[in-house]
This record gives sequence, C-alpha cells and structure tokens, in this order.
Amino acid sequence: MKNKVNREIPDSILKDKQYEGFQTTDFGQPDIQRVAPKVTAQTGPSKVVDSIKQVVKETLQDGMTISFHHHFREGDFVFNLVMREIIDAGYKDLTLAPSSLTNVMNDIVVEAIEKGVVTNITSSGMRGSLGDAVSHGALKNPVIFRSHGGRARAIETGKIKIDVAFLGVPNADEMGNANGMNGEAAFGSLGYALMDAQYANKLVLITDSLMPYPNTPASIKQTQVDYVVKVDKVGDPDKIGSGATRFTKDPKELQIARMVNDVIVHSPYFKDGFSFQTGSGGAALAVTRFLRQAMLDNQIKASFALGGITKPTVDLLNEGLVNRVMDVQDFDKGAASSMKNSPAQQEIDASWYADPANKGAMVDKLDVAILSALEIDTNFNVNVMAGSDGVIRGAIGGHQDAATAKLTIISAPLVRGRIATVVPDVTTVITPGDSIDVLVTEIGIAINPKRKDLFEQLKKVPGLPIFTIEELQQKAEKLVGQPKPLEFTDRVVALAEYRDGSLIDVIKEVKD
Amino acid sequence: MEIKQTALAGTLESSDIQIMLSEGSDGIHFDLTSDVKKQFGDDIMATIKDVLAAYDIEKANVKVIDKGALTPVIKARAITVAQRALDLKDQPNWEVL
Repeated sequence: MKNKVNREIPDSILKDKQYEGFQTTDFGQPDIQRVAPKVTAQTGPSKVVDSIKQVVKETLQDGMTISFHHHFREGDFVFNLVMREIIDAGYKDLTLAPSSLTNVMNDIVVEAIEKGVVTNITSSGMRGSLGDAVSHGALKNPVIFRSHGGRARAIETGKIKIDVAFLGVPNADEMGNANGMNGEAAFGSLGYALMDAQYANKLVLITDSLMPYPNTPASIKQTQVDYVVKVDKVGDPDKIGSGATRFTKDPKELQIARMVNDVIVHSPYFKDGFSFQTGSGGAALAVTRFLRQAMLDNQIKASFALGGITKPTVDLLNEGLVNRVMDVQDFDKGAASSMKNSPAQQEIDASWYADPANKGAMVDKLDVAILSALEIDTNFNVNVMAGSDGVIRGAIGGHQDAATAKLTIISAPLVRGRIATVVPDVTTVITPGDSIDVLVTEIGIAINPKRKDLFEQLKKVPGLPIFTIEELQQKAEKLVGQPKPLEFTDRVVALAEYRDGSLIDVIKEVKD
Repeated sequence: MEIKQTALAGTLESSDIQIMLSEGSDGIHFDLTSDVKKQFGDDIMATIKDVLAAYDIEKANVKVIDKGALTPVIKARAITVAQRALDLKDQPNWEVL
C-alpha cells in the first residue's frame, strides 16, 4: 500500500510485522496498556560483581534483547567492553536495542552481525561502516529506526522488551544509585537511559568510579539495578561531548541563522513565555546567539528550552533569558557540567521529552523547533536518515517529535557541494511535511502552503525573500544539475517508524 | 592532438576537482573517484570528454578525483589540464574558451 506520504510500503511487511502505514501526525487520545519489567528481588549488602564476563554469563541467553545508551557519544568504552565479552562467549541471535549507535560502536556491531551474534537491531540511527553494511544487506532482518519519543513508546508498550540493559555511568554506589553529572566521564543528563533503567528485566550498571553509599542525586535508583560492575574507564572525556562550541564564521550558516531568527521574531509565537528547541549544528548555535539579542531588545523571556542542550543555551539560562532548561542529553562539556549546579536545568527522560503515548510530553508544549535536514522535498517531507547515495548515515533523534512544535523551521543550505538539499522527492521520508512550517536556506525561505497565516505575517519582513518550495528546488537543480536516479534492489533493509509506531517509509538495499 | 606531457590541474578542496591527464594508447580512459559518482559520474566524464574533444585529444588516460565540483569548475579544470598536457599554456585556445 501507499501511505499518506505516498511511500510504497510492501504488504508483506505490513502483514508479517503487524504494521500500519503512516496516516496522520495527530496521535489522538488512545488508551494504552503499558508493560512492567520482571523483578528479581534481592536484599544483599552489595551488587558489585568482578567482571563484565561474569555478569554476561549470569544474565544473558541466546535470542535475548540487550540495550545500551549513547550518552557517552564518540567517547564510549562501555559498549565495546560488553559486546566483546558477548561475542567471545559465542551468543547467537540477539536483538540490539540501544538508544542510538555512534561511530565508535560501528566495527564491533559489524563483527557481531557477521558472526550471527546480533540478528536484529532497533536504534535511532547509524552511520559510517555500520550504515554501509546494513545498506548493503548485511543484516538478515530489517533494522527498525525509531525517534527518541518513539523508542520510549515502544519500550513502554512492550514492542521493545529489554532483557538486559548494560548502562555505563560515570558514578554509582555499591547498590546502583547513579547519575550522569559527576565523575571524570560525566555527560550530564541520563535522559535516554532512564527508559532502560525503568523497563529492563535486568539492569547492569558499569562504572569507573564507585562512590560511598548512598550516592546522590540518584537519577538511576538502586530499586532498578541488578548488578554493578567496576571497570577502569567508562569513557574518554575528550570525546564525550565536543569541547567549547565555537561560533560559526561560515557566511552561509550565518545568513541562514539570521533568517531563522527573522522568522521566529516575526512569528506570532515570539512573546514572553515562549519555548524553543535548537539543534547542535553551526547554524543552530548561531540562531541561539541571534535569538539572545532579539530577546534582550524586545524584553522577552522564554519559559523553557528543550532537547539536546548546548553551552549557549545554558548561558541563556544563567542570564535569566530562559526560565528552565529541560535536558534529555548534553551535546557539549559546558552543558554537561552545569547540570549538577543548577536546579533549573532539569534532567528529563525520553518519555517526558517526546513520547506521544503518555499523559503529555514536553514537545506538546513546544512553540518553536529549529531542525536540520539532509533533504527536504517539495511536499516539505524531510529525510535525516539516508544519504544522497541511498546509504544509511543518520539518525531520527528527536526530529519527528520536535517537529510537532507550533512553528517548525528546517534550516538547511540549498545545496551541499554538488548535492541538492531541496529535491523533488526525498530518498527516505522520516518527518512528514505536514509537521514542517518553514524552510530556511541561505537564499531565502519557503513557507508550507498550509500556513497562510505565517505567509501573511512574514511577507512584510524586510530582507527575508520568500519563494515557493518548488522555486527553491528548481534553483538548486539549476546549480548542480539533474542527478541520475539511485538504484535499489527490492530487498528492505530498514523500516522507519513514525513516532506513533506506524510505518512512514522503508529503506532498501543499495545497488552498486 | 598528441599529449606531450602528463599534466595536473585542480586541488582536492571541497567543491573542486583534480584532473590528471596522461598519454593513452586507444580512446579516452577514465579513473574516476567521487562521492557523487552514482548521481553525477556520467555527467562529470561527459563534461571532461567534451573539452578533450575540443582540443582534438583522442587518446588519453584521465585520472579524476572529484570533490563535488559544479559543471563550470569541471570545465575550467579540464581546459587547464588540456592546455598543460599539450604544452599550450602560453597560447590559450580561444575558440575552446
């Protein structure tokens, strides 16, 4: 069948995997039954065990689902330590269900796939050699990609049933009270891992710094933890978050940021108490700086900033321009290290952040979201997953979730090198055009025709050229030429869920 | 025309293209490296071939490392490398330009 964004979803997949095609961005008010983990009670004085090898042996069986978090980002040691033991012990047919996969995890996942240790994967995304392997059909079963909110929903409803969660933490006591804020490998918010902590049948904490009991503040609590393993190092502090984020000097990014700021400031949402989410790219960081000045000039303060947090956002908090920072993960050291000193920088879990299947997520209250795109098409559908060569190299992250904001702005250059960003039809639909309001490129903006109100308000703004999205697409094509269409086989290598659990697109094996 | 010497034009900066032209035995042979080979490989080779034809170069090995160059850049680098390979760099071929 063709779903509402005109993507052909093979009937066999809908039937075998009991999926429905994407219909609408409106989640409605369904009743939802949640699942609960199985708890093995214990009353002993300590949960510390000697080695990862031992704990793997005690907890893991063939065919189980294991999970990890990606808060250590490119500085992660834990994933490789644990997967090494699992591969060497010869386990088979595991499902890997991490919150996401970073480059530092690629090689060992490829090895686990080749040896039949891992036969199913669900993740927010993947890149590099792993994305390449999956796109070339290395995995027998299709990968399932879910947004951060979608993963929270899938865990709560039992679609992802985590047998054993291996969670690295920069500190923990002997009973498993832990947080992400203190210790040498501190990364700030444990947002995504809190889902695993709450719903996994067995929870193994791996830490390099055992604290005196009781260790507080405890984001993960001893009531949830089965084992604590001490290792030498859980991560490389220099690679966990980027260092000091430099302000971009790229004139193209600055131009985009200036126009994004113009769109926000002249929208009806820019008033006292508004809320926003920005990403971590160069243009997004520049927007934060422009927005700061606009807030000062107009004496406007924001009620909250949401999502992945960077130092410039924390600066706004310290300056009193933002009232609360609702923090699901920290992108840089500045943001990670400020959490412990600031009660106004609130750690939130992935469900609270972005899950449609709960009693209200933060994204429902979000006014302005600034998001990026690998591709956006003339129906405003956005691709953040498949590269222009059709190979998987991205992550949904919170894209689908934050795009439900009242004003969702995609900031993207018209072309990257010889690749057009604005295209007639995206390679893979991840976020439906229905939830996108404005596209900002360096040469001008395009407004979703659904938003006539925004057009009326923005057309008077000086220095803000407005085009139709078709015009922007044609300008891009004129620059780079018309690419030869990509070739795929019929084999489906990955499924992209929308945040409600319906299928928004499938990704096929690339033909070389 | 006969290629007099192996020549090189262009850099490996993004949005540029580096072309090396050397003597060949029969026809034009390409060795193309490009991140956009799937989408634009044929287009890049056709653009270079057109330039070589304008210089009557019929036998050549062309090693190309493309970094996402747009068509005008590819043409400019191809003209330069042809002029250098034919040792004509002091006498630009105005008709080709």
